[in-house]
Amino acid sequence: MKKLTKAIPVCVMTALSLSAVLSGCGTTSTAAGGQNSNSKTVTIWDISTGKQQELVKKVASEFNSKHPGIHADVQFFQNDPYKQKLQIAMGAHNPPDIFYGWGGGILKSYVDANDVYDLTSALNSDPKWKNKFLPSVLKGVTFDGKIYGIPINNVQPVVFNYNKEIFKKYNVTPPKTWDELLKVVQELKSHGISPIALAGKNKWPDLMYEEYLVDRIGGPKAFNAVIQKKPNAWSDPAFIKANTMIQELVKMGAFETGFTSVNFDTGESDALVYTGKAAMQLMGGWDFANILSTDPAYIKNKNFGWFSFPTVQNGKGDPNDIAGNLSNFYSVASASKNIKEDVTYLKDAVLNDTAVKGYIDIGDVPPVKGIEPQLQQNQYGDWLSFIYKLVDKAPNFQMSWDQALPPEEAQALLTNLDQLFLNQITPQQFSDNMNKYIK
Amino acid sequence: MKEQLNWQRIVMITPAIAFFIIFALGPMVMAGYFSFLDWNGVAVPKFTGFSNWINVFTDKFAGMSMLLTLKMMILTWVIQTPISLLLGVFLAGKQRYRSILGVFYFFPLLFSSAAIGITWSYILNPNFGLVNSLFHALGLSSLAKDWIGNPQLALYTIAVVIAWQFIPFHTLLYQAGTRQIPDAIYEAAEIDGATGIKKFFHITLPQLKYTITTSSLLMLTGSLTYFDLVYVMTGGGPGNATMILPMYMYKTAFMDQRMGYGSVLAIILAVIGILLSLVMLKITGFNKMESQMEGV
Repeated sequence: MKKLTKAIPVCVMTALSLSAVLSGCGTTSTAAGGQNSNSKTVTIWDISTGKQQELVKKVASEFNSKHPGIHADVQFFQNDPYKQKLQIAMGAHNPPDIFYGWGGGILKSYVDANDVYDLTSALNSDPKWKNKFLPSVLKGVTFDGKIYGIPINNVQPVVFNYNKEIFKKYNVTPPKTWDELLKVVQELKSHGISPIALAGKNKWPDLMYEEYLVDRIGGPKAFNAVIQKKPNAWSDPAFIKANTMIQELVKMGAFETGFTSVNFDTGESDALVYTGKAAMQLMGGWDFANILSTDPAYIKNKNFGWFSFPTVQNGKGDPNDIAGNLSNFYSVASASKNIKEDVTYLKDAVLNDTAVKGYIDIGDVPPVKGIEPQLQQNQYGDWLSFIYKLVDKAPNFQMSWDQALPPEEAQALLTNLDQLFLNQITPQQFSDNMNKYIK
Repeated sequence: MKEQLNWQRIVMITPAIAFFIIFALGPMVMAGYFSFLDWNGVAVPKFTGFSNWINVFTDKFAGMSMLLTLKMMILTWVIQTPISLLLGVFLAGKQRYRSILGVFYFFPLLFSSAAIGITWSYILNPNFGLVNSLFHALGLSSLAKDWIGNPQLALYTIAVVIAWQFIPFHTLLYQAGTRQIPDAIYEAAEIDGATGIKKFFHITLPQLKYTITTSSLLMLTGSLTYFDLVYVMTGGGPGNATMILPMYMYKTAFMDQRMGYGSVLAIILAVIGILLSLVMLKITGFNKMESQMEGV
């Protein structure tokens, strides 16, 4: 009997640790909305945070109360772990019904493995639904003419934002050309201000300079050749010239000291700008909402300024071209048992009137046609209209290259850019290194 | 005494064995299988024979990451061993203040690597961080460096943070080891006129032989698992400056989505770990461990 009593704690411990392993950790799930016994559950994986997350939850529970037969269960994850979790769930053929994504290369790899449901016919059968979205945004989820996702939140073009107070203090104006930008950098440096904040630890902020300069110099065709896997596409003169200009910018000390260890996710590069240590930052449109929640006073005092990426003299690209993330998307897994209910959710809940109004209220621009009046009425109307017009009139909206390329080439690109910014490799070596990934 | 395998023992070890098979043996066998595939984790895997294994020899990044791992291994050993040995011997003293000191001193042991990585990233931040602010405030601005953003410094900085994290643990080992040394040996030495330093080199150090072995073995094999701190602090960068083998394995398998090649690296990592343990045991004769108390 003595031995048995000793065994009990062991068994309890084992059972506890096992249940901890099996239940998994780190997810929160919406339990709102009435769930009756014969309703079908639609599981949705999302990574929205903060006010966006609250909005997604609100929209889902509204949907649940209006559709007694369907229960939408939205689960939230953290950005980077989510990418791996989704990858593993897809590989194990056990994905959620609806999953969050960025479009481009990774979604394409799921499409190629027949894991994603083709939404084309559902969209075509409801032209009102299909024509709701800005067409340039749907490009990111369209492969071979078929549409595999629908936009869910906001357009995210990359623009410069700057600290108006600093610009005013040192009597500089937003630059329109690259040469003007270099002059502004010189001027600010002479006053001991870091001209540009760069979150180099994350590497993708480096990419924004590359995307814009290559497009301004050579137009979209330089990068399109890479996507089309043309041999030695990375050696196009546009890449060499852009990379030479980037290294000049680094050498003149345009970025803050130690930029390679500055982290965007923890708000360090934003903090440099709103505390006045740095004057400007090239960043996606999402930065407005970020700063609005970390330093609302900075926005309220109208210190948040913005301008488009400068033009480059003799460049072939259209100065109205933009780069960035198109939007985020929901896609339906082809393994889902409730495809019909999934589509209903996409149609009725995603970017419905509540959602559109909600996004505008928190400083985001949803990729929906005809919302200009709504944007202008908003208290941040100037900024929101600027972003909307930018996207609306852009001849080319280049999806971020690290999303557009296959994962291995995208990772190599980020590492090589990091080394280029560190001056460890020359523009020529960059092109040589990257050409190896064109197979 | 001969151990007998009766039903109670079988019941008791079953969970352990099951866990070992599910979480240790199973994944290793799977990794072996994956290493022959060209697979992105999603699409239908393609069997490619030994091509992943052949690639390792031509991949300069694999060689580089192994060298970095070796460098990290040596660095962390060199930093941690003398400090933890001296601290351990010091804390083994009997004065009350030493125990109080020890309690404070063992704090780093309580934190997870992720928490340590995030905290140190803040402390070492080049613009807002504590370390550089301190140097500037003291008028020593030339000492303010870009600790984890400079490719020449990053690996050393991480080695120091790792030392900060693990020195308390090894100190604990040395403290325990020192307390095991019988007082009689010291008393005899004192009668023969030995001084403090002589006592340390002729009694304490030789008596700690096995503790040094244990601690070194843990440090060296542990250095193969410093993934978490590197992932949190630098993600292998800047450039490839801290791309140690575990980080490179994670990068190839999960970020580049090359599961097959990542599995090859994982197997290499596991083999290095096992070989290292075996060689260390062989050289030091750990398996023939005799009692240090004999003859006392």
